[in-house]
Amino acid sequence: MSAFMATFKRDVALMWAGGGALAPVGYFLGATMLVPLAMGPERALLEAAGPPLVWIAAALAVLATLERLFQADLEDGSLDQMLLSPAPLEMLVLAKGLAMWCVVGVPIALAGAPAAIALQAPVNLVPAIVLSLALGMAAFIGVGLLGAAVTAGVKRGGVLIALIVLPFFAPPIIFGSAVAGGDQVAAALSILAGCALAAMALGPIAAAAALRLQAE
Amino acid sequence: MLSYLANPARFMAFSAWAAPLFLAAAVLAFGVALPWALAFSPADYQQGETVRIMYVHVPAAWWSMGIYAFMGVASFVGLVWRHALADVAARAAAPIGATFAALCLITGSLWGAPTWGTWWEWDGRLTSMLVLFIIYLGYLALWSAIEDEEKAARLAAILCLVGLINLPIIKFSVDWWSTLHQPASIMRSGGSAIHPSMLGPLLTMAAGFLFLFGALLMMNMRAAVFRRRVESARARGDGA
Repeated sequence: MSAFMATFKRDVALMWAGGGALAPVGYFLGATMLVPLAMGPERALLEAAGPPLVWIAAALAVLATLERLFQADLEDGSLDQMLLSPAPLEMLVLAKGLAMWCVVGVPIALAGAPAAIALQAPVNLVPAIVLSLALGMAAFIGVGLLGAAVTAGVKRGGVLIALIVLPFFAPPIIFGSAVAGGDQVAAALSILAGCALAAMALGPIAAAAALRLQAE
Repeated sequence: MLSYLANPARFMAFSAWAAPLFLAAAVLAFGVALPWALAFSPADYQQGETVRIMYVHVPAAWWSMGIYAFMGVASFVGLVWRHALADVAARAAAPIGATFAALCLITGSLWGAPTWGTWWEWDGRLTSMLVLFIIYLGYLALWSAIEDEEKAARLAAILCLVGLINLPIIKFSVDWWSTLHQPASIMRSGGSAIHPSMLGPLLTMAAGFLFLFGALLMMNMRAAVFRRRVESARARGDGA
């Protein structure tokens, strides 16, 4: 488990040194800002359709951070060290995913509160939206591990990651939007938690399989 | 049968005559099914002549899912037993499956406009079918983005296996979210709900699509094997 903690700490430190959540949260808020510009600022329209769109902004913001997740490790040899370590690669990948969730996922979820309020979500729904975004971020990152792992060797793989990963974003988006729309919130939150757990359990296994091939 | 054909030399000998044979069978099946479906089968009492779109739409939908399942099996074989021909088969099937999925979406849209009164509706079946199409695109894009072919095959195989979870979602989407798309009418408990005069041409069309897939698959695979031979001959320095 010490290798797990070491990887977790290393990734948190690296991401923190690289600006932490500043750029993803800025991206998230910027994308949210475009929603009322595209839809028009009418209050009634935004109240009806605005809040679920924080999910689009959140999905895009996390996509943008995925590209370098394993690329740097592949380039500088850290991945070879991880393969040599006696700890299973799956656990180390999970540690990287959790680090990303802490540094990028949770801040985006917290930034979801002002974003949802700006899109005219009812204030009493905001805690549920933040919680749902935190769960959804875990699901996105779990799937994103796979997307980042299979494209780790591809130069400028950002668009490719998006194409690969976006179809798998569908279930969290569906249930996350249900929360943001105030529709069967408790049920949707439980399903989101299920998505997050499944993605975080299965994503590292598939990603580790892909990373073993990348290092060959 | 499959393990017999796993040998590339045997596969090449087999497909040399099997591919044209499948193509001939496809032409024959379409030759029977197209006039049957488009002219001689009855128009629907509610949908009128637009029901004939179904004869293209439904087989395309079936086989776009069937081809993905086939790719899943091939990917699994390629990953576990490191079998080169299985990788070639998965790669060769993907563009065909993507085309069938696109055909299914386009014909469905054309049929939906007069029948449902909308070109597109975000119901469970339509959305999950669109997801399948996008997974096909991602699979093909991943494959072409990685230069080392063996690595590309393995990584695409992992992606393909993960994408398999979409297939049951498509199949059961109409039962889980009963919105606009009609539920299953052929394979269901209590027998088929479709009249035999329509089931006949539909199944013949489906057979035609299957033969066409078989023929195109083998042609694609043969092209890939030939390309590899040319490349390795070039690498050895002869013929260049």
